[in-house]
Amino acid sequence: MAHASATEAHAHEHATQEHHGPQGILKYLWSTDHKVIAMQYLFTGMFMAMVGGFMAYVFRMQLAFPGKSVPLFGYVSPGEYNALITGHGSIMIFWVAMPVLIAAFGNYLIPLMIGADDMVFPRINRLSYQIFLLSVLVILSSLFVKGGGFGGAWTSYPPLSANADYNLTPLGSSMWLVAVALEFVAFLLGGINFITTLMNARAPGMKAYDIPMVPWMIVIASILFMLSVGPLFAGAIMLFFDQNLGTGFFDPTRGGDPVLWQHLFWFFGHPEVYVVLLPAVGIVIDIVATFARKKLFGYKTLLYTAVATGVLSFFVWAHHQFIAGIDPRMANIFTVTTLLISVPIAEMCFVIIATLYGGDIRLKVPMLWALAFVGEFLIGGVTGIFLGASGADAYLHETYFVLAHFHYTFFPIAIIGTFAGFTYWFPKMFGRMMNETLGKIHFWGTIIPFNFIFIPLFVLGLDGQQRRIYNFQNFPELQHLQPVRILATISLVVMLFFQLFFFWNVIRSWRKGPKAEKNPWKSNTLEWTTESPPPHGNWPVDEMPKVYRGPYEYNHPDREEDYWPQNLPA
Amino acid sequence: MLHGLITEASSFAGSIDWLIFLVLVLVGFWFILAEGVFFWLIFRFRSRPGHTGQYLTGKEKHIKRWINIPHALVLVCDVVIVIAAIHVWYIVKMDLPPADYTIRVTGQQWAWVFQQPGEDGQLDTPDDIFTTDSLHVEVNKTYQFLLESRDVIHDFSVPVFRLKQDAVPGRTITGWFRPTKTGTFDVQCAKLCGIGHGVMEGSLVVEDQAHHTAWVAKNTPAAAQ
Amino acid sequence: MHKPIATTRSATGIPTGRLAVWWVLASEIVIFGGLLASYVMHRIGHPEWAVAASHTNTWIGATNTFVLLTSSFTAVLAHQAAEHGDGKTAAKYLLMTIGGAATFITIKSFEWAHEIREGFTITANGFWSFYYTAAGLHALHVIAGAVVMAFIARDAMKGRELHRVELVGIYWHFVDVIWIFLFPLLYIAK
Ligand code: HEA
Ligand code: HEA
Ligand code: CUA
Ligand SMILES: [Cu+2]
Repeated sequence: MAHASATEAHAHEHATQEHHGPQGILKYLWSTDHKVIAMQYLFTGMFMAMVGGFMAYVFRMQLAFPGKSVPLFGYVSPGEYNALITGHGSIMIFWVAMPVLIAAFGNYLIPLMIGADDMVFPRINRLSYQIFLLSVLVILSSLFVKGGGFGGAWTSYPPLSANADYNLTPLGSSMWLVAVALEFVAFLLGGINFITTLMNARAPGMKAYDIPMVPWMIVIASILFMLSVGPLFAGAIMLFFDQNLGTGFFDPTRGGDPVLWQHLFWFFGHPEVYVVLLPAVGIVIDIVATFARKKLFGYKTLLYTAVATGVLSFFVWAHHQFIAGIDPRMANIFTVTTLLISVPIAEMCFVIIATLYGGDIRLKVPMLWALAFVGEFLIGGVTGIFLGASGADAYLHETYFVLAHFHYTFFPIAIIGTFAGFTYWFPKMFGRMMNETLGKIHFWGTIIPFNFIFIPLFVLGLDGQQRRIYNFQNFPELQHLQPVRILATISLVVMLFFQLFFFWNVIRSWRKGPKAEKNPWKSNTLEWTTESPPPHGNWPVDEMPKVYRGPYEYNHPDREEDYWPQNLPA
Repeated sequence: MLHGLITEASSFAGSIDWLIFLVLVLVGFWFILAEGVFFWLIFRFRSRPGHTGQYLTGKEKHIKRWINIPHALVLVCDVVIVIAAIHVWYIVKMDLPPADYTIRVTGQQWAWVFQQPGEDGQLDTPDDIFTTDSLHVEVNKTYQFLLESRDVIHDFSVPVFRLKQDAVPGRTITGWFRPTKTGTFDVQCAKLCGIGHGVMEGSLVVEDQAHHTAWVAKNTPAAAQ
Repeated sequence: MHKPIATTRSATGIPTGRLAVWWVLASEIVIFGGLLASYVMHRIGHPEWAVAASHTNTWIGATNTFVLLTSSFTAVLAHQAAEHGDGKTAAKYLLMTIGGAATFITIKSFEWAHEIREGFTITANGFWSFYYTAAGLHALHVIAGAVVMAFIARDAMKGRELHRVELVGIYWHFVDVIWIFLFPLLYIAK
């Protein structure tokens, strides 16, 4: 289409006209501006992180001090315990990691980083958030309906989840399912927007390999999500019918098969972990390049590893089902594919580490978070290998070892990666600088307790402690481990306390932090070439950026300064 | 390796522990290497007066080596781990040694029901012994178990045996174990199965031949004689 | 509301709307793919379902296949007219396509009403569960497509947004293709 410039001029005319639409709060809710929608996702995700964190606090207190009343909550019954862990797992993945890493950062950064003024489908974008908000309301209210919230784990295995006689939460389980399905729809709509925006709305001159890593990774993740969620969506319909119409898709007494759900779930579930991993990796890479003042070590290599990870992730799902009654010979195939996936991910980690070589590393708060991501994620990654080795998983399955493994991947991704991105783009988003000292206190106050929560859980897992049990006093072999559980819980309370520094920092900086200039970190990518915060339309219409080079030209020998923005003519 | 933490009480517990140890050594090596290089680089290339960054694209052959060689070596480690894992998996889950006794284990919300042969040594005869939440077995005998479930998915887990297997309604899953130590151990349910999941524990009593024979004799239903 | 510059760009050379429709179809294909794969696995595992399948009416199914194929043809004609900028004709053909959709749904509801009277409800057995779920999901797509087409036809009548005629046409062919898979799997395999 050669008519791009002609129509852009046409669009300019429109852009200069006054907007007509609802005013006040309604205007905010009905805005189609990608930055506003990003903020809606960000704050909804932040709120849900507090909900999920609070749930973790409640059930960890119950584990450390079983049968005692938990401050701010009360006594935890077994049914409530199950509902809490189910809610915690589902919320942290579907309503924290996904909305913040993909939707919030994706909406905010993709248009800004590719030099566009908005998404290509602004109204679908708004619809996506509205459906998401609906799913939030459904999942939150499901916790308070008669019978209580769903307690069948975030994996929702039938027949337990399919039959109210078994789970005793007739309303809760259906509402959980509906909420998850709505969330999927929201992210399908959002994903189509991200993908087409990246494909079509790039600034003039921006070639495929000039795109920064954040848009790339979010778009690869969206494609991965889109291609893996379908079967589970169909599965959700079947499960909903089983729950409410009395069909028997997953009921063995009526010709169904409970293991079918597990296949549908994990065919999505495993790619899903990379769906949240990739955006976090993209954020970390951009931050590392900026603060190490270094060109990326192998831009294309990173892209290939991301795509290879994505492709491989479709062939590993049954490693969650080694002992679920599948044919034991099948396990061998999945052991091979699972271990193979360590190669691209190892390479990804090595490339990030190698980028530090020859750098000029500045340990600002966002950089601390980004580096912590690498250091901690490695623990989560290598412990995945124990589980991928079928012979070892025969013992480790469903123990706290699995739990520690995936918190060492998810926490770096969803919490550390988010804090990295949040502190890095805060000046752009809110036009103010954050306080470095408070930021560092918050950083160390989060990272140190984090390790003290989850390292002990590896030990518990190797010791044979199973997941999803509300009270270990019933198991003689596990009783002597109580001090370890208490250690983990106390560390959590310490970590939660240090989050206050974060909120204090955010509120303080927002109101009276020093004004941020356009490009406080001296970074190359396009979002730093506009005002902080960017105006509606991101750039004045006649100053839309053009791109002349890749995003990571730091310390280029031909240049006086140690950075070279993408939009500066040669 | 785990015996410091938890008893090894079955014939294959040692193999599993050995596999975990092998993986620990291999990935541990890479982990320490990667973290070591990582922290060293952060220290070595920290920003300080007089220090400037370099312009490296990562495309230079002699630099790319630093990624390509580890890449190949990780692949080699993967192959070693796969072979070891499948070897152990074969022993534990694919191979089915001839049974001295066959028992039936049934999970239900929220109890374990064990059915084992009475004095005649045959399963599914009138003198079978049914117990709930407690299983008596004889040391150094090979047991095959038929695992079933009456309602939802449960998981028959005996940590000291390093044994774990889902019980799926509608299926009968066959597995085996061979106790090697006497004592009383935990049986757990390892799949979330409803509000009683946390109390679905049982006990496993491994006893020597004399005790076990006596137990069987005592518990064989009289009516069947 | 103003039109963002982003919506006017086309770095790939493919119109954004068409790109988006293809991605929508990609996500739909995996949904139906998952459902049909589950069905096929079960069907192989349950030879006795053939008995249930023999109660489906192949003739009605074939008629509906014919109806859908015809409506796809009128969708193509609508696209052609839109290419030539003839909104009125495009709208006319779109209305004929909607007519096809309505015929399809009408036939389907008589068929289902009959089957339900015979006692073949969604809970009757596994086959019927899949039958109603898969065909029902497909029927929802037919209805959604018809509704969207009505809006597009209204615009086309006034000569506006003619490119959308092509987009809904792509979608309509997809709905057709799904049926081409459903028909043999649910009706013919006995
Ligand atoms: C984002 C989250 C995330 C990520 C990135 C991963 C990454 C990996 N996971 Fe994890 N996993 C989960 C989230 C995640 N996982 C969750 C949530 C569950 C539990 C779900 C539930 O049951 O509730 C789970 C469970 C789980 C299981 C099932 C356990 C069980 O239930 O029995 C397995 C088994 O194979 C597994 C394996 C792996 C592997 C091999 C990787 C690999 O991708 C890791 C690759 C990375 C590295 C290997 C590190 C870098 C490499 C090196 C330093 C080189 C050295 C390495 C070698 C020599 C091999 N995971
Ligand atoms: C992203 C995923 C994620 C995250 C971050 C966490 C965080 C935590 N998890 Fe969670 N967890 C899961 C995913 C996650 N978990 C899943 C999937 C399960 C399995 C559920 C199941 O079995 O079905 C699980 C289960 C689980 C269990 C097992 C329960 C059981 O099996 O009996 C435990 C036990 O200790 C636990 C503990 C914790 C703790 C202490 C934290 C702490 O780290 C939490 C601390 C919280 C915070 C520190 C919030 C801070 C954030 C902010 C203040 C806002 C910042 C936001 C912005 C800037 C936008 N988790
Ligand atoms: Cu039975 Cu958990
Ligand atoms: Cu996985």
